[in-house]
Amino acid sequence: MTGMEALDRKLLRDFRRLWAQFLAISLVLAAGVAVLLMSFGMSAALDETRETYYERNRFADIFVDARSVPQSMLEVIGDIEGVAAVEARVTTNATLDIAGKSDATVAYVASFPASEPLLNVPILQRGYWPDPFSTDEVVLNAPFAEANDLWPGTQFTANLNGSKRTLTVTGWALSPEFIYTIGPGSLIPDDEDYGIVWMPERALAALLDRTGAFDNLSIKLRPGFSTDTVIDQVDTLLEPYGSWGAIDRTQQTSDAFIESEITQLRMLAYILPPIFLGITVFLVNMVVGRIVALERTEIGLLKALGYSDLAILFHYLLLAGLVAAVGVGLGFAMGSWLSYGMSQLYANFLKFPYLIYAVSWNTYLVSGLVGFIAATAGAARAAWAAARLAPATAMSPPAPPRFHRNWLDRALSAARVSQPTMMILRSLIRWPLRAAMSVLGMALAVSILVASNFFPDALELIIDSAFHQSNRQHAVLFFNDAMPESALEEARRLPGVLQVEGQQYLTAILRNEHRSKRAVVEARRPGNDLSRIVAIDGQIVDAPPNGIMLSQRLAHQLDVDVGDTVEAEFLGNRKGTFTLPVTRLVTQYVGLGAYMDQDTADSMFQQAPQISVINVTLDTREDDAFQASLKELPRLGGRAMMVENRLGFEETVSQNILITTTIYAILGILITVGVAYNGARIQLSERARELASLRILGFTRGEVGYILVGEIMLLALIAQPVGWWIGWRVAKLMTDSFTSDLYAIPLVLKPDTFSSASLIVLTAAFVSVLIVRRRLDHLNLVSVMKTRE
Amino acid sequence: MKSNASDVVFRTKDLTKVYDTGEVKVFALAGVDLKLFGGELAVLLGPSGSGKSTLLNILGGLDHATDGQVWFRDLELTKLRDRGLTRFRRDHVGFVFQFYNLVPSLTARENVQLVTDVAPHPMRPEEALERVGLFHRMDHFPAEMSGGEQQRVAIARAVAKRPEVLLCDEPTGALDSKTGIQVLEVLKQVNEDLGTSTIVITHAAEIRKMAHRVIWFQDGKIAKTEINEARLAPSEIVW
Repeated sequence: MTGMEALDRKLLRDFRRLWAQFLAISLVLAAGVAVLLMSFGMSAALDETRETYYERNRFADIFVDARSVPQSMLEVIGDIEGVAAVEARVTTNATLDIAGKSDATVAYVASFPASEPLLNVPILQRGYWPDPFSTDEVVLNAPFAEANDLWPGTQFTANLNGSKRTLTVTGWALSPEFIYTIGPGSLIPDDEDYGIVWMPERALAALLDRTGAFDNLSIKLRPGFSTDTVIDQVDTLLEPYGSWGAIDRTQQTSDAFIESEITQLRMLAYILPPIFLGITVFLVNMVVGRIVALERTEIGLLKALGYSDLAILFHYLLLAGLVAAVGVGLGFAMGSWLSYGMSQLYANFLKFPYLIYAVSWNTYLVSGLVGFIAATAGAARAAWAAARLAPATAMSPPAPPRFHRNWLDRALSAARVSQPTMMILRSLIRWPLRAAMSVLGMALAVSILVASNFFPDALELIIDSAFHQSNRQHAVLFFNDAMPESALEEARRLPGVLQVEGQQYLTAILRNEHRSKRAVVEARRPGNDLSRIVAIDGQIVDAPPNGIMLSQRLAHQLDVDVGDTVEAEFLGNRKGTFTLPVTRLVTQYVGLGAYMDQDTADSMFQQAPQISVINVTLDTREDDAFQASLKELPRLGGRAMMVENRLGFEETVSQNILITTTIYAILGILITVGVAYNGARIQLSERARELASLRILGFTRGEVGYILVGEIMLLALIAQPVGWWIGWRVAKLMTDSFTSDLYAIPLVLKPDTFSSASLIVLTAAFVSVLIVRRRLDHLNLVSVMKTRE
Repeated sequence: MKSNASDVVFRTKDLTKVYDTGEVKVFALAGVDLKLFGGELAVLLGPSGSGKSTLLNILGGLDHATDGQVWFRDLELTKLRDRGLTRFRRDHVGFVFQFYNLVPSLTARENVQLVTDVAPHPMRPEEALERVGLFHRMDHFPAEMSGGEQQRVAIARAVAKRPEVLLCDEPTGALDSKTGIQVLEVLKQVNEDLGTSTIVITHAAEIRKMAHRVIWFQDGKIAKTEINEARLAPSEIVW
């Protein structure tokens, strides 16, 4: 028993002696555990929170918007096989006039049933639900109400279907339907600018002339029934009533966004932690391997004293266990902190009524376990070798490393490199695997930086394309219904308006054989100047007449090319199914665009020209008057102020980018320090005698230091192009996986991205090696002369 | 070459080295006054801990004296800082160690080149290796050579810069007597051909017979010195 205690003491002393090396490894391990904990934990937490919320508040499976459907249809749809519940609503978009706020505010107004709602049940946060017979009382979604100081009891004015109503707030609520809300034409959620209003059904239906009818339907399915089958039947039934087509949860804005967040978090869990854990395995392997080599005679002695192979094995595995304990502990702390930060970030734009942001204990368990496994796996080979050493062999020194002359040596000799350089190069050739792993480790650090640094440039390009090239208007006005082109004249008369241009947004399902995609087809006049279609190469394009122009991604999803045809089923106002030739493809970053010539669309529908969107440029001095006029504009369904939009987007993006690039820089530095510091320490340990001999021969500290610094920095330099390549691949993988229907992330890799990644890694490596180099000053020259290694 | 008594290479005055372990003070050198002459081959003898290695280290600029002075010709070594001592070693001193201390990743020739690349007036590495009889082995790595061959490479490395002094600490300590004699032959050759003042520390008292002068150490002091009127060739020495 006392023997084991002595061995344990040795363990702790070894750990204390080599604390800096172990800490460098622990930090790499900690980064892996932290990212795993955060990404895995947060994605699980988000998923669970969402599921619980959906379950408790009966979030629907299918959603349909239509123009006006008689109540009698409700029963018919309820009878479809697999349908568990249906709920009808009347809805509209409205502009609100809030006291003390000059800007017109946009809201989505939905009816609230007289009896308890069956689906998408909102949770009241404050106040009370209005009396079903009340005509001027509403409940607001809590974040919007809070941002605008609309406390229960306060009033505001809403322009509903052309009539202005003063409404009283009775309460605040949250709904599973609006966990994430985004206004028309916006790029990011803005609680102050876009809200949800719930109004008693009776009153809202009367205001919208929909008494006895509905325009929005939510359907809950019985477990096990196919969404697609029900959607098909619903579409057939509602087709005569101006249906915009039923969608499932994946197309519901709020859910689609949460889903993409969860997917991104999971992606992170698959990409980053394996890198950190892999490097941990390598580093532990290298360091414990060196310790075992140095302690060869001690191992022989212990065995001679009667310690079992198993005791020796455990001794070295325990050393790795200590590294893991520190790493996992730090990882838990870092991961919890990251998760907290992440949940704060989510709380800003995801509105859950309760917090299940906490990372579950089993995530801690799993990530901790993974950390321990990585460290122990790293030590396994060396520990096993130690356990297997025969005592007699162990007590004699190991055979010296054998160097042989080969063609490479002859090449080096011919190149007349200096002897210190030769020592560096021979060491790399002698231990190619170790050199390769060190290169790979540092290359991964570079790649993490490249793959995270390219985002700002990509976003800048998107912003430039979206705002400076494509959308040059100051404001976009969205209307609830299509209007004659003469509406442009009315818009031109609004105060401050300088230029106007109209467009029509048509919702359609585009099909090619079994492939189909729901899209908004923009009908527009050639030569529009405020809202332009800009291809990736910067070219301004127009939709050719007599056909449809598709964005590259949409065409790809439909598997069509120029010259093919698509079947377009138009929904809502302008109905009809047409076969349209694909006249042109355009490559774009944002949206799944589809474009038609306005005249072509009008003649296709055999209707007078119509518009549903007006783009305007403004005289900014008259901004207040313009906003005030919007509050009076009938049928205005929404408005987007492009400058605010861009600034808001840029601000959000730059905040997030600062946080993420800092985090990634820290991660990259941790890896580099782990690899470079340990590499240099081990080199110093292996070369101490050699370097001391050179000092005795009259080499200066600088010259001797060159060998130590040179080898690691040479590896670091070789790691750069490798890292750039891996970074490019990872960035490509990321852009591919993040590309959704909403946007494509362009792969913008500027020289700056590579050079800043390299600068960070090379600096971190250099500083790490310099710290080790200082140990050269304490080399005991005299003792080297007297001892055999 | 005979030693030249008027040409003083090293001179020490009251040289003292104290190892202070906190509890006890160990006088490794307790006031040594010594002169070493140009072209001389001196052998230092004495029991372990008598101070001979400490003296060699201080003469070679590897260690600092606690007290007293050392001159290399007109250069007072005891006044030099680390940088100056490095310079001194590089320009004037050759070392030969018991365990050769060759760089395993460099061939024999490259080990010699380590020195010739930085010394002011070196001989060619090939020439140095020829002197120790290893011209034919110059592209071999240390691990491919015997102990005696490695030690001869170490000597070639030490003399290639044409040092004024050659300091050898137990150069035959790790070798059998047959191989040891070969190494001593080389040392003698270098001493005679190049006129390099040479100090050899050894435990093998018989080796003293090849020296011009023998210096006996005891308790950090010079116990006695002896001048060999008739020197033996290494091949005549048996130990």
